[in-house]
Amino acid sequence: MLSLEEVTRIARLARIDVPEAELPVLAGQLNGILGLVDQMRAVDTAGVEPMSHPQDLTQRLRDDEATDPDLRDEYQAGAPAVENGLFVVPKVIE
Amino acid sequence: MELARAYLDRIARHGAALNAFITVDPEKTLEQARRADERIARGEAQPLTGIPIAHKDLFCARGWKTTCGSRMLADWIAPYDAHVIESFDRAGAVLLGKANMDEFAMGSSNENSFFGPVKNPWDAAAVPGGSSGGSAAAVAARLAPAATGTDTGGSIRQPASFTGVTGLRPTYGRVSRYGMVAFASSLDQGGVLAASAHDCAMLLSVMAGFDARDSTCVDRPVDDYERGMRDGVRGMRLGIPKQYFTADLAADVAQPILGAIEQLKALGATVVEVDLPNQHLSVPVYYVIAPAEASSNLSRFDGVRYGHRAADYADLNEMYARTRAEGFGAEVKRRILIGTYVLSHGYYDAYYLQAQRLRRLIARDFSEAFKACDLIVGPAAPSVAYDLGSKATDPVQMYLDDLYTIPINLAGLPGMSIPCGFGAKGRPVGLQMVGNYWDEARMLAAAHAFQQATDWHTHTPPGFG
Repeated sequence: MLSLEEVTRIARLARIDVPEAELPVLAGQLNGILGLVDQMRAVDTAGVEPMSHPQDLTQRLRDDEATDPDLRDEYQAGAPAVENGLFVVPKVIE
Repeated sequence: MELARAYLDRIARHGAALNAFITVDPEKTLEQARRADERIARGEAQPLTGIPIAHKDLFCARGWKTTCGSRMLADWIAPYDAHVIESFDRAGAVLLGKANMDEFAMGSSNENSFFGPVKNPWDAAAVPGGSSGGSAAAVAARLAPAATGTDTGGSIRQPASFTGVTGLRPTYGRVSRYGMVAFASSLDQGGVLAASAHDCAMLLSVMAGFDARDSTCVDRPVDDYERGMRDGVRGMRLGIPKQYFTADLAADVAQPILGAIEQLKALGATVVEVDLPNQHLSVPVYYVIAPAEASSNLSRFDGVRYGHRAADYADLNEMYARTRAEGFGAEVKRRILIGTYVLSHGYYDAYYLQAQRLRRLIARDFSEAFKACDLIVGPAAPSVAYDLGSKATDPVQMYLDDLYTIPINLAGLPGMSIPCGFGAKGRPVGLQMVGNYWDEARMLAAAHAFQQATDWHTHTPPGFG
């Protein structure tokens, strides 16, 4: 079962801020879900291939040709902060 | 235009009480309706010209807010049309409004929407089901003749069952997911809710078909659903899984289901018992795979390119973490965190890969069963619609209710729910039908035959006639 530290680690991986006061309840709920899920871990699946596509399709490829039109301004209209066609974010590199 | 106006009027009168819609834009709708009238006047009418359709709010529609029921996208206007929206547009249909839904399609009661819960038109104290709750409520209350939905773990079939409408989820890969905001990419499929199997057949014909922009879409000719629908049910073998009728199934649901099966036998179908030995693993397997895929799909919501961004942050990481904490509701966060965990280093094999192997076993169970039958039938849900707020404290309780619908998504099969009676408190009961891969026409045939011999699907909730 997950400890509060582990929940904090997972939240960091997921880039979701969880206030410390909310950690215990969240941990309880996540552990409840993992309890549900645990049933499936013990089943013997030796020799069974994982299934990711219901029809086991493999990735279809297409010719390496540009097909998308330039709709940058339209697509960026819904962005929080844009400048000169660039998405603006807090400074990353010192 | 009269048709569009009539439905817009009904929405104006009843919409607030049900909260079935997130966005309604009469001006835009009537403009589309006007153009439809022009096509009709020019003799260019198709079967759906001028027909108003409500769309679940995770289908991107150019110029319309597309919120996915979330604060994260509460003000985001889609810059392009989803395949489904384009398809209906090409068929001359009119966009009636964007239907309310559980946030990012995660939920079974439509109580997880940032825009408030949807009420069941049959009983305002009850949930309509989810995640396509708004779509189902709109059709049930006749606020829309039909609505699109999506079904990842039952999100079309279960609300159809709870609200007494007909819902259809196609075979995985039948309907392009281009422009359909992703929850779990190997499980999601767009489908339809309407008042009858006949209507579903017409609408599926519009939505189905190959689209190169969805790399999981299958290039396979579309069947003539309206023709196949008339084949009737005589001689059809109905499989009843022995795992279905247990103590967990409420008696007030079992009774109409068994009654419906008798009705189908009277129409010429035969019944055979089938075995789905891995049925009990479906819910645990799903709640590994779906959250895992969701954690990946929802990682794009980081406040950079679209949607909500936190107002207050010291650096990039804080911007991500606060944006996502503010933008997502509790259920979405839980699933992202579970998904992150089961995909993380040290746990991936034991959880995710194991679940994917079990998924193959679950799919094989169905393939085996379909050697002995043509359709599998049973309940869509273990109970009628429950009261709003009654399952709020424990997420797992709600997950367990998905036991009849989830296996179908894991296997990628097509499924329908059709109204077959009423249970406790006068709340509707749905009969689930599951077809083999690509066998939508046969499912529609059985549903249509049932609906020609019965009238459950014609009942409307009191107050909405």
